[in-house]
Amino acid sequence: MKFGVVIFPGSNCDYDTFFVLKDVLRQETVFLWHKDHNLNNVDCVILPGGFSYGDYLRSGAIAKFSPLMQEVGEFAARGGLVFGICNGFQVLLELGLLPGAMLRNKNLKFLCEFVHLRVENVKTRFTHKARPGQILRIPIAHFDGNYFTTPELADELEANNQIVLRYVDEKGEATEEANVNGSVANIAGLINKAGNVMGMMPHPERASEALLGSRDGLVIFNSLIERF
Amino acid sequence: MKVRILISFKESVLDPQGQTVKNALHTLGYHFIKDVRQGKVFEIELDGLSKSEVQKVIPEIADKVLANPIIEKFSWQILKEEEKVR
Repeated sequence: MKFGVVIFPGSNCDYDTFFVLKDVLRQETVFLWHKDHNLNNVDCVILPGGFSYGDYLRSGAIAKFSPLMQEVGEFAARGGLVFGICNGFQVLLELGLLPGAMLRNKNLKFLCEFVHLRVENVKTRFTHKARPGQILRIPIAHFDGNYFTTPELADELEANNQIVLRYVDEKGEATEEANVNGSVANIAGLINKAGNVMGMMPHPERASEALLGSRDGLVIFNSLIERF
Repeated sequence: MKVRILISFKESVLDPQGQTVKNALHTLGYHFIKDVRQGKVFEIELDGLSKSEVQKVIPEIADKVLANPIIEKFSWQILKEEEKVR
């Protein structure tokens, strides 16, 4: 499995993600520069966390016009695996590869803390190594993670099993309190209909070594590495 | 020619920043303030376009770049000369 981690100006989780894939999980991994037009034959493109273009205009709004994103769009259309983490998720929303948009967190605070997530769909290329309903402890670090969509589209996402991760409490309940940023339907991670593009606000790369307090993020990367 | 574009959240979208500003104004005693919506303003200078071309291009860039149509709406106007000076 060959991974490509995209670097935008302002990405800041690019090296963490690269380290987990290359050094922790021993996968062939390359960086992809946002101004290039070459995906370097990778099997999976990762849009990392950070503040691409300083979050100017809207989070992810300028990155969507980066030259490489044209290739990423075509790659996704051909069924290529694309995974957006935090700012990468915001970029996927702006690109329209995933539905909806992000608003500022409901309490207007930058949230940097561990949260609990419930895996709602384990029949995906990104989560098949998880148990149904497994609770993951993974940190978030964002200002704009308040997922918004219309009630009609939220119902559709639910019906299509596109809601992959939800914010829950320690017991696994999707409560209002556990929904730290105010997202519609406690949505923390989404997949497209075709099942090859996923975005999530929490940072699995920050929960991939025991030293960092959790290894729960590995379930996602290992799902990507091992095929169904 | 100079145009001003206003971007604001759609009515269906909660605007927590506007709500916070409203609450602050209430705290200061401005209880008559019913609602506050926060948005963005762009002032854009254009060169060499006719008015009808501007009328075509501004909504295009507002829709494609400046606003996210899922959560935001926009309005715009051509600025008069005296407004430019101020």
